[in-house]
Amino acid sequence: MAFDKLELRDIEVWDGNLAVAQAMRQVQIDVVAAYPITPSTPIVEGYAKFLADGYIEGEFVMVESEHAAMSGCIGASAAGGRVATATSSQGFALMVETLYQASGMRLPIVLNVVNRALAAPLNVNGDHSDMYLGRDSGWIQFDAYNAQEAYDLNFIAFKVAEDHSVRLPAMVHQDGFLTSHTAQGVKTITDDAAYNFVGEFKPMNDMLDLDHPVTHGVQAEEDWHFEHKARQHRDLMLNVVPRIHEAFDAFEKLTGRKYNMVEQYNMDDAEVAVVCMGSSVETACEVAQELRDQGMKVGVVGIRVIRPFPFKEVIDALKDLKAIGALDRSSPNGAPGMLFNEIAGALFNTDTKAALSGYVYGLGGRDLTKEHLRDLFKELKVNADAGKVTTQLQQFIGVRGPKLAFL
Amino acid sequence: MAFNYDKYLRVNKMPTLWCWGCGDGVILKATIRAIEKCGWDMDKVCIVSGIGCSGRFSSYIDCNTVHTTHGRTVAYATGIKLANPDVNVIVVAGDGDGLAIGGNHTIHGCRRNIDLNFILINNFIYGLTNSQTSPTTPRGMWTVSQKNGNIDPTFNACNLAIGAGASFVARESVIDPKKLEKVLIKGFQHKGFSFFDIMSNCHINLGRKNKMANAMENLEWIDGITVASRKWEALPEDEKFNKFPTGVLRDVEQEEYCEMYAKIQDAAQGKRAKLTQDDFEKKI
Repeated sequence: MAFDKLELRDIEVWDGNLAVAQAMRQVQIDVVAAYPITPSTPIVEGYAKFLADGYIEGEFVMVESEHAAMSGCIGASAAGGRVATATSSQGFALMVETLYQASGMRLPIVLNVVNRALAAPLNVNGDHSDMYLGRDSGWIQFDAYNAQEAYDLNFIAFKVAEDHSVRLPAMVHQDGFLTSHTAQGVKTITDDAAYNFVGEFKPMNDMLDLDHPVTHGVQAEEDWHFEHKARQHRDLMLNVVPRIHEAFDAFEKLTGRKYNMVEQYNMDDAEVAVVCMGSSVETACEVAQELRDQGMKVGVVGIRVIRPFPFKEVIDALKDLKAIGALDRSSPNGAPGMLFNEIAGALFNTDTKAALSGYVYGLGGRDLTKEHLRDLFKELKVNADAGKVTTQLQQFIGVRGPKLAFL
Repeated sequence: MAFNYDKYLRVNKMPTLWCWGCGDGVILKATIRAIEKCGWDMDKVCIVSGIGCSGRFSSYIDCNTVHTTHGRTVAYATGIKLANPDVNVIVVAGDGDGLAIGGNHTIHGCRRNIDLNFILINNFIYGLTNSQTSPTTPRGMWTVSQKNGNIDPTFNACNLAIGAGASFVARESVIDPKKLEKVLIKGFQHKGFSFFDIMSNCHINLGRKNKMANAMENLEWIDGITVASRKWEALPEDEKFNKFPTGVLRDVEQEEYCEMYAKIQDAAQGKRAKLTQDDFEKKI
């Protein structure tokens, strides 16, 4: 291979963005087409730097918009290359049209989405509005809670996405600034081990196989469109989940770090729990431990794989609880929150007696403090003791003005 | 007496977010002076800005302002102008905003010749996101996305605007604020699409790795690539390379879009005779 390798220390001090850029270097992405947007810019900038310094054999092109970035990635992936890029917020919103192209054409692109609020009002800080925008797009969605996980999940994302029984694009999410710009110790994998874990890219139906000409993305009206979409859904439901489990197992063998579709903390004999995503999971874990020390049976559930939604794992994790709080970092704008809905859907046909309530928090980068979480756990405990939701079903926490509660 | 900018500014938003020595402040002040000289009522002025450092114009100037999405300024402004033809609309966008992600809207704004004033702040780089190649980054320059030198050919923004049909096209830089003010006044008073390519410094994010890390060096470089249009025309062809003519490059009377729209609307509502082919000034 015509590029230099880097010798990494066992633990490097990286923020979430640099961790992802290193992962993209280690798996040797062939093509990155990108457009800068805060806070994800340093990821593609990092790739460009590694390329310029001779650590990658690949192509980097700065295009004229995020729409063009994902379009370029689709072209490169259809041509048979390993492809990745990164974006956030408005850029992700602009990509949406092409996200459906990528998944519909079954192209295993990996997109790092550094979560950020959606305008208006304009805001560059982290919340999950953009992440939620992608959830029906046919992509696999992984969520990292810290820089280490952003690094690790990239390898897993490539391995799953590129499997020939999957052939679907994958996103790896991390929180804007809170994760992307916060440096921490990240346990590294050597260049060789990282590359071998993901393996050499094996194209399928690639356009540069000139002996076997193919067509991508052609028109299929009412005669065949439904079959294509149904097959895509079937593969997400049936093929992706086992591949994710296999990838998690293989990754644990390689690194000792264990990932699960649904992460559980202090859940063994828990009576109440919060379910959340992103960097909030770690805050919630700390608070749960403090309350455990005071004798409260509380736990935390983090959703690791958002799509395909881990229906069964969510039921297993939550069915024996007395009270559950679903925390959404995105304004549902006229409905219960996404997590509330998904959890309610999962538990509805079970025998659970858990009281489920939803919370909206942290929009536009507003902090979710330990104090908020302590109050929240205590409120859930009241629900558990009463055997029902004692508040309204949906509450906003940490917002100015009179208390906002609905439903 | 010194010019009183305060009544045109949201002083509670000061100081600006811009770096020390940034050319955006020069353009902001020249724009305000031009508005004053045109005698515009601030309630009848609308500033439309996009994303990037130039996006802050809509926060700082005290009138009707809209902070839009990246690259869509002209699209928003077209709607604003069509709905309120008596409002003076000033669009402010950067080279990334107006020529890359929003290039499509820019050319169609020019083509329609709608009465917008489009201030393109051209600092040759994506400044706010820290030094990625923009459509006007000179070839060979260092950027974070092309650390071995930019290979992308650059846009000549004024030629683009002229080619697309803008009826007023001018280029100035922040080096001479007085000249800048004059050209803005001329363009503001022009009926039709007025396009200003205003070259500005970004010594922080363009200059830092391109041997012009302070504002003066960056301005001197701009001085070196700009030539007054009359002098530029007299230059031999090989000396025109990598130099840009300044001043008013195009100033013609052309049917304005809102007026044409009003005519066809009146005709449809029977308020005037049906338009004949002669009423459509430009034929194919």
